[in-house]
Amino acid sequence: MDKKYLLTTGQMAQFVADGFLCFDEFIPAELNKAAHDVFESKNFGRFKQGKPLFEAMPEDHPVGRIFRLPEVQGITHSLVGPDPLYDHHAVHTVPAGQKHGQHWHGDAIIDTRTHFDIQYFYFCHDTPLEMGGTMILPGSHFRQINTVDIGRYQNFMGQHKFVCKAGTLAVVHHGMWHCAQPNRTADTRYMFKLRLNPMVRQLRLWNTDDYESGDWRGALGKTYRWMGNEDRLEVVNHIKLWRFLSGDKKFDLGYWLSRLENMPENLLEAS
Amino acid sequence: MAELRQKLLVLYLSNSDLGSSVCGWAVFDGTGKETHSSGDADESPYQSVLAAMRDGWRVIQFPQLLPQPTGQEYSTSFMRYEYILEKLETIDG
Repeated sequence: MDKKYLLTTGQMAQFVADGFLCFDEFIPAELNKAAHDVFESKNFGRFKQGKPLFEAMPEDHPVGRIFRLPEVQGITHSLVGPDPLYDHHAVHTVPAGQKHGQHWHGDAIIDTRTHFDIQYFYFCHDTPLEMGGTMILPGSHFRQINTVDIGRYQNFMGQHKFVCKAGTLAVVHHGMWHCAQPNRTADTRYMFKLRLNPMVRQLRLWNTDDYESGDWRGALGKTYRWMGNEDRLEVVNHIKLWRFLSGDKKFDLGYWLSRLENMPENLLEAS
Repeated sequence: MAELRQKLLVLYLSNSDLGSSVCGWAVFDGTGKETHSSGDADESPYQSVLAAMRDGWRVIQFPQLLPQPTGQEYSTSFMRYEYILEKLETIDG
């Protein structure tokens, strides 16, 4: 993998704190059209769950071509390694005139791992605000919930709707709270979701050329208004995941964990 | 004949102080006049529970202040400071 396609340390720090990265107008127009055509055809095809991604997803399928783009493979490699497993996909379809937002939810079930899966959200056509877009709650990916436990929540300070141009690709931590938004247009809205599982230890898989600069540390400390009094606990979550990803077991921000880990056992020598 | 119906406002605060700032909110309207769902507003209807009380909302549930379970002191999950408020509104029966 050419390093130029890999994520930087700064982007990885952003992913750890926010739980997502978004690449605007990232996929070429020709592939966006091919993907849209296959979504419209309702004849997408099925892939074999638990197989390596490129075994499961044929090379000549529109989305098979998209996820083989070197720019996309670089993102995949940085987060879950070069040859992840295909978990599942969904062609999320919001019909024209859909008036209500979907319940907030997390995908799958309670997941206590530090290891993480990624989910790609791919928007093959322009998605203006009146078409909704998928909404996420940045920074919510460490919150332990079971699917629609959070269905009675409606709005948060800092919620983010993917209002974007065709070809936009977001990559999201598996724990991210999210929901589809209403589609007040006359056109069907599509969002293609793809979940991938790592098959290697997620340890410095990105381009670490900028690691020593330390310029990425600020991104790791990011918090959101919706976290309220728990924002420091979320920073601890960032620190723990960064230790896991970087292999730096002493890594800290703001002295939050160093303080708690200071439990000296050495006895004071008598004078 | 006029009848009463319950309208609920759920405010998620930044800490247990009723005057602290709103982190999230939801509205459930038993009168049937309004329907709310995820992402339907960018701004909270009130800045705090106290501000809602001053506009006539009655607090009907306080969140309990419970210590984190042993071994999970640093884990996060649901919104901790969830206050439920109500108003009773008249509808035409």
